[in-house]
Amino acid sequence: MTFIPRLLAAGLAAALSTAATAQDNITAAYDEGGRYFTEDDIPTFNVAEDGTVDWLTFSGFRRYHSECHVCHGPDGEGSTYAPALKKSALSMDYYDFVNVVVNGRVNGNSVMPHFGDNRNVMCYLDDIYVYLKARGTDAVERGRPAKKDAKSDEIAEAEHACMG
Amino acid sequence: MKKLTLLTSGIALCTASMAMANDDLVAKMNDPKQWVIQTGDYKNQRYSELDQINADNVGKLQVAWTFSTGVLRGHEGSPLVIGDTMYVHTPFPNIVYALDLANEGKIIWKYEPRQDPDVIPVMCCDTVNRGVAYADGKIILHQADTKIVALNAETGAVEWEAVNGDPSIGETNTATVLPVKDKVIVGISGGEFGVQGHVTAYDLATGERLWRAYSVGPDDQLLFDPEKTTALGRPVGPDSSLNSWEGDQWKIGGGTTWGWYSADLEENLFYYGSGNPSTWNPAQRPGDNKWSMTIFARDIDTGVAKWVYQMTPHDEWDYDGVNEMILTEQEINGTERKLLTHFDRNGLGYTLDRVSGELLVAEKFDPAVNWTTGVDMDPNSDTFGRPAVVAQYSTAQNGEDVNSTGICPAALGSKDQQPAAYSPRTETFYVPTNHVCMDYEPFRVSYTAGQPYVGATLAMYPAPDSHGGMGNFIAWDNIEGKIKWSIPEKFSVWSGALATAGDVVFYGTLEGHLKAVHAGTGEELYRFKTPSGIIGNVMTYEQGGKQYVGILSGVGGWAGIGLAAGLTNPNDGLGAVGGYAALSDYTALGGQLTVFALPD
Repeated sequence: MTFIPRLLAAGLAAALSTAATAQDNITAAYDEGGRYFTEDDIPTFNVAEDGTVDWLTFSGFRRYHSECHVCHGPDGEGSTYAPALKKSALSMDYYDFVNVVVNGRVNGNSVMPHFGDNRNVMCYLDDIYVYLKARGTDAVERGRPAKKDAKSDEIAEAEHACMG
Repeated sequence: MKKLTLLTSGIALCTASMAMANDDLVAKMNDPKQWVIQTGDYKNQRYSELDQINADNVGKLQVAWTFSTGVLRGHEGSPLVIGDTMYVHTPFPNIVYALDLANEGKIIWKYEPRQDPDVIPVMCCDTVNRGVAYADGKIILHQADTKIVALNAETGAVEWEAVNGDPSIGETNTATVLPVKDKVIVGISGGEFGVQGHVTAYDLATGERLWRAYSVGPDDQLLFDPEKTTALGRPVGPDSSLNSWEGDQWKIGGGTTWGWYSADLEENLFYYGSGNPSTWNPAQRPGDNKWSMTIFARDIDTGVAKWVYQMTPHDEWDYDGVNEMILTEQEINGTERKLLTHFDRNGLGYTLDRVSGELLVAEKFDPAVNWTTGVDMDPNSDTFGRPAVVAQYSTAQNGEDVNSTGICPAALGSKDQQPAAYSPRTETFYVPTNHVCMDYEPFRVSYTAGQPYVGATLAMYPAPDSHGGMGNFIAWDNIEGKIKWSIPEKFSVWSGALATAGDVVFYGTLEGHLKAVHAGTGEELYRFKTPSGIIGNVMTYEQGGKQYVGILSGVGGWAGIGLAAGLTNPNDGLGAVGGYAALSDYTALGGQLTVFALPD
């Protein structure tokens, strides 16, 4: 019943051991089973030269527009109600980002709910995160990504295990 | 024996005083100088007999006075005017102000409830509230957290409180209440959180809960009489809802009731619609999902349903059926009939006989509507009353994980809750509409209590091959089922309309304009840009011999979220992205009442 993204634990360990400040929180350094990571093992997007996005970015587009856009507006652009997450995904550290989604936060009458027990969000947290980073850097335009990688067996397996 | 007589006369007295309370409210509704209920009257016509401001002089309208509500969020609904007092409400935290109209709007009292801010994120699409109600010397506020509070209209003191729902499972409130006879009838929000929708009656004098009727579930929860409750003239039979769901899905089946309510005291019926079935992924809820997306006629005293009509069986697009039911008496084929007219999110304008529930007219009120070819009007057909679904736009037939494109209207509907007006002088309905289409991709979701339960990804954009705007303001003939005229608008028209005996029709725009148009021709006669976008409803009253028109500004609601950054059409290809108007280029947050009058 734990929905902590698979890589969070690994990432934490890496952060503790190196204590390195992330110089580049965007560029994909390697991939593992269809997921892309920076040099510091932070999830990130990958867009091929012909515009094909990695599966997680596409999946993040879908999940964002199901779970997040009713407050944060389409395409991570923000609304009169809630901030533009395409900017938050760049300005916030990955672990802070995860923490706010899991636990929520309150700032007067501006309230971010906690999604820690919501599988529809937690099982796709990395997806949403990398999609928003792709939006924030304009690597992906507004709207539905036209071309995408196929869902890898590893991703499908993890999704199945998480959604139960 | 003596005791019994006393008791009986006591009951008679009590009944009589309650009847007087309702008579008092009806008398006030009939006095055009006051605006005593959000919907204008029990018929939801939003029509005023006042004619000091008319088609000839409305062009000279000026701002008479303004009032800041102190809250910067979406302002839906309108103020009320009872006697010389105006009651103004706000979005969360749901403040109520009583203003003295005879004393330059001085604040007589202010009521600010304490609510847990945890309710905020459970409210889908902004913390709006569609206003307070008045009855029997009380102002009735239905808060976001579903607490109902009756305030002494003169002092603001709390007379009673009742709790209608549980925000921790996603039950919230955005709607006003219906005060009728000795009752207060209230609905519930939370269709995107798997709430089992219901409507509940409370005692106007005490706040005691009297009955509750669910939209989905077993007959005893529905308050259906399987032999007497009818759909299109036939008894619904036992388990009419349960038979239309698979397993226990109905328990999180939606059918919430957050729209406007109307009432016919002669028939002792009240009318409202139910919202979407949960989830937005139709594959997870096979069946017709009764009685979501349904028009209900229920007995005011018992809550038992007299008739129902499901407009969109097995919803595949989120076309909630909650929009207002406007009651009129009009001639059809030479016979005067009691009618109910309803502009549904699904893009069809329905006219029914409100006594029997007979379906008379079902026609598209936006030519862009393409998900259906129309409703089967043949009473002898097996599919009588059902809309014929176009396979290309059926998100159920296309299936999970398939992106169905070019569906019109979008999920926000050809019209959302923003109420239309009806002028008996022109026998015309004036309807604020959306002109937006969508791509819709359903996928599997799991249910967690109190968490969003959506299961679809949507992209919305202005109706293609049209005027490029996202709204229209239309005049509708409910007998012929035809548009008389249509005014294109840059943005969805998210403001409730007002028609008057001066042959003027008022509405607000998302850019913030209050507009006045001619009731006969639609010609624009006046516009004024208020400080923020308008999603409130226009109202009018008379004070000291002068007619006033009032409107709340304060952009928000779904429009403030979905349209803030503008829309893009993913099917237009590169280059068109960002090509549509962004609301944030026109207006910003606000919270203000603007009141207009003619110069002295």
